[in-house]
Amino acid sequence: MKLMETYLIKEDIISRNNEKAKDVRSLLEGKGVFYINLMSSPGAGKTTLLSKLIPLLSAEFRTGVIEADIDSDKDALAIERETGVRVIQMHTGGACHITCQMSLEALEALGTDGLDLIFLENIGNLVCPAEFDTGADMNLVLLSVPEGDDKPLKYPLMFEVANAVAVTKLDVAPVFDFNGDTAVGNIKKRNKNAKIFFTCAKDGAGVEELAQYIREQAVKKIRKD
Amino acid sequence: MHELGIVMNAVRQVEKAAADNGVQKVVGVTMEIGEVSTVVPELFLDAFNWAKKRTRFLGDAQLEMIIIEGRTYCQACGETYRTTEYGKKCPHCGSDETYLLTGDQVIIKDITAVSEEEESE
Repeated sequence: MKLMETYLIKEDIISRNNEKAKDVRSLLEGKGVFYINLMSSPGAGKTTLLSKLIPLLSAEFRTGVIEADIDSDKDALAIERETGVRVIQMHTGGACHITCQMSLEALEALGTDGLDLIFLENIGNLVCPAEFDTGADMNLVLLSVPEGDDKPLKYPLMFEVANAVAVTKLDVAPVFDFNGDTAVGNIKKRNKNAKIFFTCAKDGAGVEELAQYIREQAVKKIRKD
Repeated sequence: MHELGIVMNAVRQVEKAAADNGVQKVVGVTMEIGEVSTVVPELFLDAFNWAKKRTRFLGDAQLEMIIIEGRTYCQACGETYRTTEYGKKCPHCGSDETYLLTGDQVIIKDITAVSEEEESE
């Protein structure tokens, strides 16, 4: 005899990710690690900025990096070569964002012992990564000059979840129609509280200001003496 | 195109529920999809139909999607409004001190499954 039955499940896929994020936060709380999720479009300069930012931080904070890409180990090798810090390369095999489960596995693979500060370089994508809480303490979003000052209007969620936004590639501003005030206005329209930095990794402009902000936020959490 | 990742997640949970309940096969899955959840229903259905062929219990399962309207609440005036029409700005008083009440969910509501009952003596 065949029986047909309905089983209630009532499970929210997105909130399940957010539950996992709590696990990541309590793991890192216990270890005294500050975790930064770095997000932007492909080619906005995440790896280049990191390779300039990390030397300003790594003396005070033992730093590690998780590089996430669909394929290749190019970014991890660049970070290792430029900064010498502990780094692993994660491959998502096609997925366009990092779920919290992936974030947790990557943290375990990197190892959190002996680290104070960990950067997750998310997949280059201005859409999906914003939807998935990785368990990070800070969302740092890059907006490069060639992308245009209107991006916060077109990709609102990314800028809503940002704690800080760094405009990058400031050196090429003269050849693009990028207006800094318009960019700030557009970011503030999405997120009044976002801290905004203007940077250029090539000549180092603004990178120290960003590093100082990260120091202040990290110290608040890990209370280093 | 993150629908596939979400589908894989959902399919895994349905498979687990099917195994836990000792069913023979799942014939229906009902999901609630919020209209501002960023899931595109057409893509979600395509991804589901691709993923189900690679499962133990879901090969013949039909997906039903219930679309949940996005509603936003205004803290300034206490009114609610349709999110897809007005976004973050309240149409009643113009404030942007608003937050989403509902419409961002992706929920597996229930599954319908067939189990073979052994004839008792």
